[in-house]
Amino acid sequence: MVLMAPLNRLLLAAPLLLALVLGGCASEDGGNGVQSEKLNTIRSRGKLLCGVDGKLPGFSFVESDGRYSGLDVDICKAVAAAVVDDPGKIEYRNLNSSERFAALASGEIDLLSRNTTETLSRDSAGGNGLSFAPTTFFDGQGVMVPVASGVKSLKDLAGKPICVESGTTTELNLADRMREIKAAYTPLKFQTGDQTYTAYLGGRCVAVTSDRSQLAAKRTSFPDPKAHELLPEVLSKEPLTPATVNADPAWADAVRWTIFSLFQAEELGITKANIAAKLAEAKAKPNLADLRRFLGVEGDFGKQLGLPPDFVVKAVSAVGNYGEIFERNVGATSKLKLERGLNRQWSEGGLIYSPPFR
Amino acid sequence: MSHSLEPAAAPRPPWWRDRRVMPWLVQAFVGLVILVVIAFLLGNLVRNLTAAGLLLSWRWLGQPAGFDLSESVLPFNAEMPYWRGLLAGLVNTLRAVGFGLVGATLLGTLLGMASFSSNGLLRRLAAVYVEVIRNIPLLLQLVFWYFVVFLSLPNGTEALQFPGVVLAKSGFYGAGFEAGWHWQGPHLVNGVWQAPLRLSVEFTALLTGLVAYTGAFIAEVVRGGIAAVPKGQWEAAASLGLHWATTLRRVVLPQALRVIIPGLNSQYISLAKNSSLAVAVGYTDLYSVAETTLNQTGRAVEVIVLLLGAYLVLDLLISALMNGLNGLVQIRER
Amino acid sequence: MTLSLPQRLKRELAATPLDGAVSAVLIVAITAAAIGFLGWAFGRAQWLVIQANGTLLAVGRYPVEQQWRLWLLVGLLAAATGLGWGLLRGRRWPFNDRLASVLLVALGLWAPAALGLSLPLQVRWWAITALLLGLRWAFGRWGAAGLARLHPRVRRLLPLGFPLLYLIGLWLIAGGLGLGSVAPSEWGGLLLTLLMASLAMLLSFPLGVLLALGRRSELPLLRWGSVLYIEFIRGAPLITLLFLGQNILGFLLPGGLAPDRVWRAAAVLTLFCAAYLAEAVRSGLAAVPRGQVEAARSLGLSVPQTLGAVVLPQALRTALPTMVGQFISLLQDTTLLSLIGLLDLLGMARSVMANPAYLGKNAEVYLTLAVLFWCCCAALGLGSRALERRLDTTRPA
Repeated sequence: MVLMAPLNRLLLAAPLLLALVLGGCASEDGGNGVQSEKLNTIRSRGKLLCGVDGKLPGFSFVESDGRYSGLDVDICKAVAAAVVDDPGKIEYRNLNSSERFAALASGEIDLLSRNTTETLSRDSAGGNGLSFAPTTFFDGQGVMVPVASGVKSLKDLAGKPICVESGTTTELNLADRMREIKAAYTPLKFQTGDQTYTAYLGGRCVAVTSDRSQLAAKRTSFPDPKAHELLPEVLSKEPLTPATVNADPAWADAVRWTIFSLFQAEELGITKANIAAKLAEAKAKPNLADLRRFLGVEGDFGKQLGLPPDFVVKAVSAVGNYGEIFERNVGATSKLKLERGLNRQWSEGGLIYSPPFR
Repeated sequence: MSHSLEPAAAPRPPWWRDRRVMPWLVQAFVGLVILVVIAFLLGNLVRNLTAAGLLLSWRWLGQPAGFDLSESVLPFNAEMPYWRGLLAGLVNTLRAVGFGLVGATLLGTLLGMASFSSNGLLRRLAAVYVEVIRNIPLLLQLVFWYFVVFLSLPNGTEALQFPGVVLAKSGFYGAGFEAGWHWQGPHLVNGVWQAPLRLSVEFTALLTGLVAYTGAFIAEVVRGGIAAVPKGQWEAAASLGLHWATTLRRVVLPQALRVIIPGLNSQYISLAKNSSLAVAVGYTDLYSVAETTLNQTGRAVEVIVLLLGAYLVLDLLISALMNGLNGLVQIRER
Repeated sequence: MTLSLPQRLKRELAATPLDGAVSAVLIVAITAAAIGFLGWAFGRAQWLVIQANGTLLAVGRYPVEQQWRLWLLVGLLAAATGLGWGLLRGRRWPFNDRLASVLLVALGLWAPAALGLSLPLQVRWWAITALLLGLRWAFGRWGAAGLARLHPRVRRLLPLGFPLLYLIGLWLIAGGLGLGSVAPSEWGGLLLTLLMASLAMLLSFPLGVLLALGRRSELPLLRWGSVLYIEFIRGAPLITLLFLGQNILGFLLPGGLAPDRVWRAAAVLTLFCAAYLAEAVRSGLAAVPRGQVEAARSLGLSVPQTLGAVVLPQALRTALPTMVGQFISLLQDTTLLSLIGLLDLLGMARSVMANPAYLGKNAEVYLTLAVLFWCCCAALGLGSRALERRLDTTRPA
């Protein structure tokens, strides 16, 4: 390895030079105040590479007409609208849970929006080295069982097979909890969620464990949803959070504040439908300083982030505010019919909170 | 400036036609290219891994795994280290490969022999089986067996019951000797089947898929081997009044084995490698444990190295065994 | 010796009492299985999942407004197939081949109606089938004579038409050069499966030949390099190599330079297939008598000339059946792409089955996939065996 180093450096020089040249070109016509390699790459590429699950109704899912939909997908769309000015300019990558971090680390995707739990080891530079954006869905791990099984608590699952998706925090939490209560069990592990639920519905396992939102989402699609129930125990905290790489803080900030803007828009009552009117109002009335700053009529928040001045308008026009995204994909108007719960605005007792835009 | 005055005794060809120089130049060039490519890749690997804080290390192998395995011949639990988990996975792989080899060989031999049957229907049925199975991907067959066939089996009292054998959604139960050497068949205890021989339904599905698929290929190998035996041997046996089955067993198969065994070797190796598809039906084989390990530790390079090494050794073992067997068959030849 | 039907039946089914008993058992079993299967297929099975997701399974998320390009490509392929079929027609096919072709035709006739395709789709389907059969008939009748009339130099260029067709196909699929481009991540289903398989086949062929030559080379470095490569690849399960391609390739290249996942998987498939092809070609090379090389060399041909004009043509002809077998297994191996998250035919199917509306329709979807794969592989096998018989110089044409 030592012997190879000089030669190696020589070889490295070529692509590095190329990257520098390309990067240089891109930043020239970008003309923003912020230097971010990732932002420049995305702009010169003209589209965002977004890693999603792709098989989880309500979060990210391929419809029969080939289009993606879901809460995670809408986050991608909002970011794409803010960065490349078009929510359609996204290339989705379906990732399973075992390959998502490698995809992000190797630069294959720009943004991971795939119901990923934020944890210390995933965030830390010595761990997976991710940079987490604001949590877009606060969840907890739950266990679902058929009502007919008579299982009322985790203890009743001793000696029984439990279906779980492999490579997830879920798998580890389950092992931890079962060890705590000293119950032997058989974890049946599958690579993907759909296999896991197929095996559960096929009666192979007495229980299936995953994020509670996911369980509820899946249950609505079961032939007989009433025949299944969630155990009262919550096995863990699962804040589902979009992530970028640690190496590019400017890009991470751009994503973070694009998502905060969706929170803030809901707080201010700005929706997809009324954003044009709100913008006109802000432009007409110089006394609405907060709104003017938020919508980019005055100040240079966009420029500070390396985004266009009106990135908030673009994001909200594309997908609506956080409340709208929630209701459309997983809330009462969707098939999943999830409660807002912890995902209400802070002003209503929830955890969705945007720091001030100033 | 000055042209040579020496007589052209043996005009050396130009260097690019020189048969002593060219080979070495070619080798040097290829060697250089290979070296440069390897240096480039390794250099990047080290640089990228350093940047990600994942420089090669094997210490994590000793840390507690934190996950459980659904089934394991070796005892395993979440407090045991990663290496123990990987070892348990390897043993599970060996178990699947071992059972698979026996089953596929039996099925393949029967099918191969059936294609020489005097019964036209049996002959054609064997041909149709081979033609259908070989043209459908193994992975597809595996998921079909597991998700469609085995998961729709009934449980409890409605399970499929045959003498000494029960097939239920929870697994395959067979009769055997229990402690105290008494014969014990499958029986229901509180609605759950119990038996001395118990295979999980994941393992059964994997085994069924592997045997059905590899069996079709082995059938072709056996058929080819039998076809390589001169027709005169059949005719001679028939003129002695032997039935075709006896002819096959006593006259033809022993001769065909010399052709069959090398062919079997490659089928066995491909079965061993195909057993890694277990991950699609939820059986915890080596690959499945390795994938989970990678996921929980982020140690991609180390895990891949272990994985490739293990399968390479497994292949070499099978090859060595088959070579030994081949030697045995060849010695009998006079 | 001609036998009447009852006599033939008796000889085939009941030559001995034991055979008769076996036949009876088999007939009962086959009838029961057939009745059970048909009862399920036309009674309990719900084929709506296939009808509703037909496009998704066929082409993935390929943009609807661009799908005319794929239809055009299918038309071109049908034309080329008809042409080749017409030219290669000839000897009577053996039992397996006849069975396969009958099944293929039956499925081709039955599928559009059974799937309840929309009228425009049906019209296109029948137009393309008519094109295929028409060209097959036309070239079967006049093709050979027409070819003979062509200038020899033009005729020699004809095989180039196939690579050209392939390049046109790639251009139609990917776009660029005046067509709107469609990113690889939007290809899916059968389209991605066939594309990956064909790409890996084409690229692995030259690589496999080079490796085979390298393994037989007298230069130790080339020989050992090839041996090492071939044995390493053949010793590893494909899934671990794909896994390596997806998870480690990113680390082996300078940051951000790793190609798209689809291309990465294609590269792994190519490198994988090349090692197996090399072994097939090597056995073909071993079958070429040494005298051929010596004769060619003594005629003053250079090493490359000897290889290209004398050795390889014979070796490849011998290796053809093995190579096609390899290609068929490569086509099947593309299903493993679903395990690394690509939306090939199986990956797309899993995605469809995750849709709440079609939950639990495993049997229908998997069975459809099995039929599709069977058709593709059987067609490949049929074509290769026809080619084999055509190239067989030991028997009169």
